[in-house]
Amino acid sequence: MANFSKYWQILVHCVAAVGLTCSSWGAQAQFRVEVSGVGATQLPIAIHSFKGEENSPQKLSGIIAADLLRSGVFRIVDAAATSSGFDEASRPELARIRTSGAESLLVGSVTRLADGRFDVRVRLWDAVKSVDLGAQTVAVVSNDLRFAAHRLSDWVFERLTGDKSVASTRIAYVTKTLANGAPRFNLWVADADGENAHSALVSSEPIISPAWSPNSQQLAYVSFESRKPVVYVHDVASGKRRVVANFKGSNSAPAWSPDGQNLVVTLSQGGGSQIYMISAAGGAGGGGDPRRLATSSSIDTEAAFAPDGKSLFFVSDRSGNPQIYRLDIQSGAAQRVSFSGNYSISPAVSPDATKLAYISRANGAFKLMLQDLATGNVAALTDTSADESPSFSANGKQVIYATQISTGGRWQEALMTTTLDGRVKSKLTAAMGDIREPDWSGRMGSSLK
Amino acid sequence: MPFKNTSHLRVLALCAAALVVACASKVPLNEPAKVEDRTGQSVAADTTSAGVGGAQTRDVKAVDVTPKQADSASNTVYFDFDSFVVKPQFQGLLEVQAKRLKANNAVKVALSGHTDESGGREYNLALGQKRAEAVRRSLNILGVPDAQMEAVSYGKEKPAVQGTGDAAGEKNRRVEIAAR
Repeated sequence: MANFSKYWQILVHCVAAVGLTCSSWGAQAQFRVEVSGVGATQLPIAIHSFKGEENSPQKLSGIIAADLLRSGVFRIVDAAATSSGFDEASRPELARIRTSGAESLLVGSVTRLADGRFDVRVRLWDAVKSVDLGAQTVAVVSNDLRFAAHRLSDWVFERLTGDKSVASTRIAYVTKTLANGAPRFNLWVADADGENAHSALVSSEPIISPAWSPNSQQLAYVSFESRKPVVYVHDVASGKRRVVANFKGSNSAPAWSPDGQNLVVTLSQGGGSQIYMISAAGGAGGGGDPRRLATSSSIDTEAAFAPDGKSLFFVSDRSGNPQIYRLDIQSGAAQRVSFSGNYSISPAVSPDATKLAYISRANGAFKLMLQDLATGNVAALTDTSADESPSFSANGKQVIYATQISTGGRWQEALMTTTLDGRVKSKLTAAMGDIREPDWSGRMGSSLK
Repeated sequence: MPFKNTSHLRVLALCAAALVVACASKVPLNEPAKVEDRTGQSVAADTTSAGVGGAQTRDVKAVDVTPKQADSASNTVYFDFDSFVVKPQFQGLLEVQAKRLKANNAVKVALSGHTDESGGREYNLALGQKRAEAVRRSLNILGVPDAQMEAVSYGKEKPAVQGTGDAAGEKNRRVEIAAR
């Protein structure tokens, strides 16, 4: 268990090291979590390594700890000193946990069943009140162990905060690599922690703007595989895909209506880039007759629906440079929303419709901004300068974005998450070539197998 | 200024030479050509010599009349930074393309707009589209039916050359005309 205690120490160090980024460590690479900053309020929790976990292909307690840490809401307390083989069936010495500073404790066990599956059991304790907060039991095949860990993270998060958790959601993103000098584009679907990535699409031509359907089963995206931008909808589980917008000219910037019935896309069929609504049903020839939502002589693009589906935010350069506007779909009236700087693009609306994340250029730097839609107050969330493609988590507590960070004196693309106060950030994946275009899925209802 | 007249002549001579060099090396029109003064230091040609008087300015305005990339890429129209205007030097290229297309209306072409690497992917896609539409309109004026052309955009996704500097940007802001 020596590796584990070191792991906890590093986690604790991560939490303590304000503004510093902790890097991964050696043999425990699957626990890679690079978190920087300290949240305004963080619940201290101790998570003992699960009994029997050393015989499991995934270190579940580590995955859960990393999930909670990344959320920005938790602080992992080094409970190594108090860890003495407790599992969900025994009553831990909560007084010692309290002394270590933790207010809650997660214990558990992993057992391999005769049919090859793994039986995972956890119990959560309130260390302050010495109250048993409940237990969970799941039996999963080996490949679902990470998912099981994320579901258990969700349970712990929701049990202790009362808020929705997003540990078991997924992200989509695109990488560009070079294979024998030829570009290779991959659309990936990964767990929300950036691990367990599966390629959904490989192409020698660019792929951009992936967007999860509201039920988190399908991705809309722009693929250039037919030597022009065409919008597809892709069922992730089956790999079945359909063309939804392949009109003359360019087809791009897909965004789902909240009910999943329609997509808003940018089409150039009329000569300029304008926003249209089409049916998500699609078919061989596309999603039927597109309905133009607004008419301008400038560029209108990058639409994102407000959660009520009645309005959408989009980018237009009608003022002479790109800014974000809000369009009332019924009336067609557009109102300018962004006023900071002379280049604001890529709007993303928070699930509760109170905030808008977008990218603004200031002094040559592209920064992730967060605007309060009621007050108009804007804050920069990062200290990086090449931020792209923000997307909210389903609980509205975090934003994922792509950026470039300096590692060892070299600039590298990375996917990051940040809390809305900008205080807790995490780097999601190790370098896998040029990584970009993240989109965060909604919460999924599917159950553990 | 004892060397004024001779240096002036030297500058003119060098300027002529610089023009040839500029043509060959695709020096952008909006950048001052560099010439040497007689101290051997490189100075910008449009630096005004103080106190000489209006009639005898040392200004040298480089004029490049050679179409950029004319030989290497006669199917590519290049654009200035933040511009969607088809520059006059590409008129010849477009006339050749228009003639070819009008001679055979079975030929269909894609006009693929591209941008430099600065800025967002979707907004750049729309900017590239604007360039492609500009070329489409130019060809249309030259008599090419819209049915033979499709203006599309790659945005910043397929740069001709890698990099974010001015030199790369100049080669990346383009519309490529290619058979569909």
